[in-house]
Amino acid sequence: MSAPKTMFEKVWAAHEVVPQTADTPAVIFIDLHLTHEVTSPQAFAVLRERGLKVRRPDLTLATMDHATPTRTEQIFGGAPITIDAAAKQIRTLEKNCADFGIELLGLQDPLRGIVHIIGPELGVTQPGKTIVCGDSHTSTHGAFGALAFGIGTTEVGHVFATQCLLQNKPKTFAVNVNGRLKPGVTAKDLILAIIGKVGVAGGTGHVIEYRGEAIRAMSMEERMTVCNMTIEAGARAGMIAPDETTFAYLRDTPRAPKGADWDAAVARWKQLVTDEGAVFDKSVEIDAAALEPMITYGTNPGMVVPITGRIPDRKGEPAFDAAMKYMGLTPGQAIQDAKVNVVFVGSCTNGRLSDLRAAARVLKGRKVAAGVHMLVVPGSQEVKRQAEAEGLDKVFKDAGADWRESGCSMCLGMNGDTVPKGEYSVSTSNRNFEGRQGVGARTLLASPETAAASAVRGKVTDPRQLASA
Amino acid sequence: MQAIKKIRSRTVVMPSVNIDTDQIIPGRFLTAVTKDGLGKQLFADWRYDAAGNPKPDFILNRPESKGCDVLVAGRNLGCGSSREHAPWALQDYGFKAVISTEIADIFRNNSLKNGLVPVIVDEATHQWLLANPGAEVEVDVENATLNLPGGKAVKFPIEPFPRYCIVNGVDELGFILSKEAQIAAYEARRPRA
Repeated sequence: MSAPKTMFEKVWAAHEVVPQTADTPAVIFIDLHLTHEVTSPQAFAVLRERGLKVRRPDLTLATMDHATPTRTEQIFGGAPITIDAAAKQIRTLEKNCADFGIELLGLQDPLRGIVHIIGPELGVTQPGKTIVCGDSHTSTHGAFGALAFGIGTTEVGHVFATQCLLQNKPKTFAVNVNGRLKPGVTAKDLILAIIGKVGVAGGTGHVIEYRGEAIRAMSMEERMTVCNMTIEAGARAGMIAPDETTFAYLRDTPRAPKGADWDAAVARWKQLVTDEGAVFDKSVEIDAAALEPMITYGTNPGMVVPITGRIPDRKGEPAFDAAMKYMGLTPGQAIQDAKVNVVFVGSCTNGRLSDLRAAARVLKGRKVAAGVHMLVVPGSQEVKRQAEAEGLDKVFKDAGADWRESGCSMCLGMNGDTVPKGEYSVSTSNRNFEGRQGVGARTLLASPETAAASAVRGKVTDPRQLASA
Repeated sequence: MQAIKKIRSRTVVMPSVNIDTDQIIPGRFLTAVTKDGLGKQLFADWRYDAAGNPKPDFILNRPESKGCDVLVAGRNLGCGSSREHAPWALQDYGFKAVISTEIADIFRNNSLKNGLVPVIVDEATHQWLLANPGAEVEVDVENATLNLPGGKAVKFPIEPFPRYCIVNGVDELGFILSKEAQIAAYEARRPRA
């Protein structure tokens, strides 16, 4: 009998084209390559320089999300895209996909959306696959038991040309989430707490497997939120074992296997789970029941506190002092009731239908506070369509929020959706780095519930308080 | 790719920890469709004021930083976004090597693929480098050694294959392309999706 293996080790072994040696990394086959307008142009240029083709266009899917406008008139109305360079990047992707025979879910396509939202939505994200994209939040797809990680543009070129990547085998890291989350505590709160505990470099060199009762109890949407932010703990990939929740989600997606192929696939996927007795290189234990809603106060996602808590006082530590200066917050202050100017609900972290429903539940019958700008950006056009079918758009608009077309939008502000200098943004996205949402923007990362509650009061607000008010 | 065997230079020191790739090059500059000229935007929000003028107290704007090819940074350099624009911008500006105690995975990979040498050092060496900005160091890629003034030599980890590629100025794509037969064989036995 062979030694017990982790899920990661099984997926890795199944994709070794050439095993790693003392002198060379492994050649790993890639089952799905997702690509977008921002990190692909220089890779296509390499193909042209060398006269190479895309080896497997059938395993490649392109969309546009990062630099795309969210204003309806710019997508469907023929109005010019505000940023010329973004318009050029969009045209460049259109030409590259046409020239190299890649399927593109383009600007006006009803299936367009953030690359990490549409993969699962279409059902091309599947257990056991190796999935890469020129984007660090590719870790999202690990929620299905795929080995999914972000790559740079040189590697995007490698996958275009060979459908393979050179990789050194990473180590394994078990994050055991024991017990259940309390009501009102979300997947976003859990992953923020995990990052706070392991640190922003705690996962470097590792692939994380999220395990335990709280993870098993989660929906696929929640699992995606958790895996999405794995990179913020330094690990390139985070995985969750596929189970009945996974299969139920995938079964009705348009591109999942059908009929006998489906049954065969499920039988294969069930074999992926980590064997009893398999050993991880390291592990951490998380007590789910002890967690509160979380919110960041600093300039990386590890600078996080329970919303009922206070900003720590670590005066004298240069990184802490710099963060406090940038954020304009005071060590030791309660985070609750801190000022809010902007609220962003969206992104590959929290831009799915369940996230919009959660925000709408808080906002229904309430108004966004005077002087607060709330922007709601669905993760995909399909999410937008479903949200509108349920009337969520009306809840947002009635509350005074801005409802837009899908894209990455204010998560990274590339498309001009930015937070003004010095203003405070409660954001459901994944990064609170300096300037991430705009030059001088001050970002507090939180769940959709916390974001919506904070929009209503114009102050950082525990959504559980608002619900009972 | 240019062959790099040794880099000899004074250091520039940026002691901040967790310098993420959004700081190295902010997102609004990622609409580029080539790699050219990104050095102008390197550390843009730290380097320029709102009017676009260089901030005189930022380290790269100070006269002693001119001509330095080696950047010493605080722990966990290059975390965050996978944008390869980060190493492209550092290289276009003139950096040839970066030194820290920890370098984030994707940024390190991207750096290796472009011949920007990521040098990971122990805490004591790092402390010495942080305390001695402008020190003349030599990054000996061939021997995976950082040579400090006074003859101290510190080994740094770099896998044999990327080291070979950097020292010989070859890129990795040719190697993968040479595995065509194995890739085709794998495709033939691969389970269909």
